Amino acid sequence: MATIIGGLTTSHIPAIGNAIARNNQNEPYWKTFFEGYPPVREWLGDHKPDVAIVIYNDHGLNFFLDKMPTFAIGAAHEYHNADEGWGLPTMDPFQGDAAMSWHIIEQMINDEFDITSCQEILVDHGFTVPMQLFWPDRGADMPRAIPISANTVQHPIPTMKRCLDFGKSLGRAIESWPEDIKVVILGTGGLSHQLDGERAGHINKKFDQMCMEKIVTAPEELTKIGRHELIREAGSQGSEFIMWMMMRGALSPNVNLLHQNYTIPISNTGAGTMILENIN
Amino acid sequence: MSTEFNHHPEIPGTTLFDGRMAMKGYALNKMCFSFNTEQAREEYKADPEAYFEKFGLNEEQKQACRDKDVLAMIAVGGNVYYLAKFTGMFGLNMQDIGAQQTGMSVEDFKEKLVRAGD
Repeated sequence: MATIIGGLTTSHIPAIGNAIARNNQNEPYWKTFFEGYPPVREWLGDHKPDVAIVIYNDHGLNFFLDKMPTFAIGAAHEYHNADEGWGLPTMDPFQGDAAMSWHIIEQMINDEFDITSCQEILVDHGFTVPMQLFWPDRGADMPRAIPISANTVQHPIPTMKRCLDFGKSLGRAIESWPEDIKVVILGTGGLSHQLDGERAGHINKKFDQMCMEKIVTAPEELTKIGRHELIREAGSQGSEFIMWMMMRGALSPNVNLLHQNYTIPISNTGAGTMILENIN
Repeated sequence: MSTEFNHHPEIPGTTLFDGRMAMKGYALNKMCFSFNTEQAREEYKADPEAYFEKFGLNEEQKQACRDKDVLAMIAVGGNVYYLAKFTGMFGLNMQDIGAQQTGMSVEDFKEKLVRAGD
């Protein structure tokens, strides 16, 4: 049976992709942020997951307001990146695992999560930046990927509780997959940031630190945070924290925190990088 | 139920992009979504006014785009993820538009963010 080895968190903002493209990793501004990643790569190198479930939000590359799924799961053999309009280099395609995707879709819909299945879905920086951070060499160890996109573009977005429950159902679906493979779950995005409005540049260190603590020890407590409270505290795009909740739900109730790094700011954002190891 | 019913409490300096705003800004956001392709960006640059017409922008939306005024674009229904594709055509990144929206210089805006980490 498939085993979930743990979950990883990371910011996925385009500025990171630009910093990588320009080779700015060692500049003083970026150094603290990028120093958070070698321990994650070492852990991935030790465990070599076969599949990565990449939970992110589309930012207007694949989905438009004509049809906006709350939860969409990729069910393709490979996933293509494309021009997002503002100059980030386009990445080569990523290998998928369509059979496992359909298993997850079958199981989760049976579990009453009504998923939008996508045989074609362009993956944007929300997906590609974490893949670049965790598997920069794209070597033989790079896992097959299954993208899961949550709506954070248009309100109403799903509640924190729904996202944690989504993760629990996802975890059960993965663990019922008959192949003996190892799976890692990526919760991407966040932490606090706001790009739009007179409050642009809002960032909240205290709230971010509370979220990084509770996501390990007490994710159920975080479900008490309402969506407006989340935006008031974390900023409009701080709503991306819901993807961390989806990741966390798929893990065991208790997890080992193996590594964490918090950098504030990178561009307009508080960035949290963590390894949560499953206790199987 | 009226489409103007407000489901969301106010958060200062923040426009929640909900169904009301998504309806209001549909044409503007659809135009911005098109800028994912180089061909669309070239077509816009060659004749912005014709491109506004192609997507059915209203006069307020056109003027906000002519002015490259992000707060005005949000007020007429723009969503920041789509607007980023518009502002990106003019070489403006998120810190540039953050500075513009808060009436600060880009340096002061960046400094404000750094101070938030103290």
